[in-house]
Amino acid sequence: MLAAVSSHAAGAARQALGGSLTLAAAGLQRRGLAASAVTVEGDTLTVEVNPYKVHRIEAPPTTVTATKDELMSYFKQLYRLRRMEISADMLYKAKAIRGFCHLYDGQEAVIVGLEAALEKSDSIITSYRNHATHVARGGTVAEVIGELMGRTTGASKGKGGSMHMYRREANFFGGQGIVGAQVPLGAGLALAHQYSDTGGVAVAMYGDGAANQGQIFESFNMAALWDLPCIFVCENNHYGMGTAEWRAAKSPAFYTRGDYMPGMKVDGMDVLAVRQAFAYAKKYAVANGPIVLEMDTYRYHGHSMSDPGSTYRTRDEISSIRQQRDPVEHVRKLLLDNGLVEASVIKGIEKDTKKEIDAAIEASKAAPFPDMKELWTNIYAAPLGMQLRGIDSTHVETLAA
Amino acid sequence: MAAASCTLRSTPLPAAVGSPAARSLLAASTRPVRANQRCLVVKAQKRELMMWEALREGLDEEMERDPTVCLMGEDVGHYGGSYKVSHGLYKKYGDMRLLDTPICENGFMGMGVGAAMTGLRPIVEGMNMGFLLLAFNQISNNCGMLHYTSGGQFKVPMVIRGPGGVGRQLGAEHSQRLESYFQSIPGVQLVACSTAANSKALLKSAIRSDNPIIFFEHVLLYNVKGEVHGPDYCQCLERAELVREGTDVTIFCYSRMRYVVMQAVAELEKQGYNPEVVDLISLKPFDMETISKSIKKTRKAIIVEECMKTGGIGASLSAVIHESLFNELDHEVLRLSSQDVPTSYAYELEAATIVQPEKVVAAVHKVCGVRVAA
Repeated sequence: MLAAVSSHAAGAARQALGGSLTLAAAGLQRRGLAASAVTVEGDTLTVEVNPYKVHRIEAPPTTVTATKDELMSYFKQLYRLRRMEISADMLYKAKAIRGFCHLYDGQEAVIVGLEAALEKSDSIITSYRNHATHVARGGTVAEVIGELMGRTTGASKGKGGSMHMYRREANFFGGQGIVGAQVPLGAGLALAHQYSDTGGVAVAMYGDGAANQGQIFESFNMAALWDLPCIFVCENNHYGMGTAEWRAAKSPAFYTRGDYMPGMKVDGMDVLAVRQAFAYAKKYAVANGPIVLEMDTYRYHGHSMSDPGSTYRTRDEISSIRQQRDPVEHVRKLLLDNGLVEASVIKGIEKDTKKEIDAAIEASKAAPFPDMKELWTNIYAAPLGMQLRGIDSTHVETLAA
Repeated sequence: MAAASCTLRSTPLPAAVGSPAARSLLAASTRPVRANQRCLVVKAQKRELMMWEALREGLDEEMERDPTVCLMGEDVGHYGGSYKVSHGLYKKYGDMRLLDTPICENGFMGMGVGAAMTGLRPIVEGMNMGFLLLAFNQISNNCGMLHYTSGGQFKVPMVIRGPGGVGRQLGAEHSQRLESYFQSIPGVQLVACSTAANSKALLKSAIRSDNPIIFFEHVLLYNVKGEVHGPDYCQCLERAELVREGTDVTIFCYSRMRYVVMQAVAELEKQGYNPEVVDLISLKPFDMETISKSIKKTRKAIIVEECMKTGGIGASLSAVIHESLFNELDHEVLRLSSQDVPTSYAYELEAATIVQPEKVVAAVHKVCGVRVAA
């Protein structure tokens, strides 16, 4: 089910009516709701996750255990991230958010699973689809909403916007506007880990669209050459904006594109499968060198708020993924169906999270916009009293000494 | 013309790095930017070195002083650098700190930025500045703008250095002047060295700076000989150099054009002129203090640059001078630049592309009036 799209399938899909794709033709994986075998013992759940597809490496075990507390924390975070992105959608439509806004709903299990396996001393860098990354790295929803609304309370003081969120104290290096450009930076983060012998890893995340960028292969080569502790993560949501993976990549088996590097394809909609993969990958990377993880995931929204997301894929496809593979639903069901928590507890979490999001929105709406003097701050780390000229050249702005 | 003590705009000297390599360098990025300090002028230790040796010495001193300083680029390690700037250093510092990269400018420039964000101080070498066109996105968006887009959270204390300019029949693609293209990038500083002395002293400052510095060397200047200063001498990155004090006209130049101008000056002196020559050093930001002081004195300005006529450093400087010093001028600014053509391989055509001393002499005649030698 996780097979790469064959050219035959691609040909069949091309002949399909008006570019509409069926899941089968695109080779996207299907998984039933109750497909995973689950056993419960006390507060611990043992689950069979979907098998990993591997390249030049042994697969980790597909038997994963999780405690009730772990699953509760995953659920809280998954639900929080989901509600946050939904609220960003509403705020964008209300014109409180402008410009580009790339939403992560559907892909939450990737970042939650990553954080469950890694430490804050591990570095991470990702693309413009970074709202969830900021929160997963310890940032607040208010910082994300504040940044999206361009307020001083935002993650980057309102000067970065949707694509530029960072959290230095948690080794979250952003946020990146240009497709793929974060990957060489990620190799640099890994180089720094090796240079200082920290024992940590760097995670460089990119999408299926970015996977065809030359600089990614340049990064692969350098990381592999020097055995850098780098986990390259392709979040394959199957569409590079409006172009399906099979129309952009000769080989959409992104986990194999590292060639000499080992790789693994992971069910990116299952937080437990993701957690297992990252724990395994970190161990590998620290001991041996770089590895590529491909997350089989999905975004419900279009590429950005300017893209309806329905001209290149069917609504049926979107809704069937939502019904069958939703990452938030999956964990909710694990908790409820196995009697780990009462439904009222889940409802309580949902209610509290909605309150948290609403409070973040209200706080952001009340927060100030950056003062005009912020135009001239943070241009240089050491401004040294430099002088910059204004629009009509008569104005001279002297930067702080 | 020693660049002695500097004023408020001197390059700050960070705290001396003391702890061993075992300390977490990721924490280094939390060190505060030091307050400005005067450049230190220690003993007048002067020896004569060629520019490549001077750069090498500066690099060696800074790498010894600070374990976070490292050099990455093509053939910088085992080969010792295509212009010998890192000759033999890998034996002293190892392969990690003199990192031989594959040929992938976009990739290793981004890698340098990522490393700099964690607190390391990488120097990324372009074997020829022209190759860095491949890395333009990383230089512009990440190196230049990350400090801003992150709301000040991350700084990028890296040096991007390498030779540019027109050489000896190297052909169009290896004769480019990248300073034209980089000058608009917000958040970077552009510095051009020209002598053995200033190359070493400026490189040391650039390495210590918390700002990203694009450091322009010139293909034809690596064997220029001159006295160099000792290990504690750093030169202000934002200060122009007064090459020759004069009264008749100010001639602005930088990099190799300094020598072209001084050749012309030798001739002009015989003809009774007294030009003032200012080596810009800082291409971004311009040292407006030195520039305006000179123009207010001579009231005439000539710019001699190797950039193309369109969109070069001289074009920017000319605009700035006209806009801010118009009433101080007795004549419009004359700008001598390279022709807007690809640099030919053929010797005569190449020579005709760039500014030659005769053109500088003619420009002074135009601005000051023709004089008959006494």
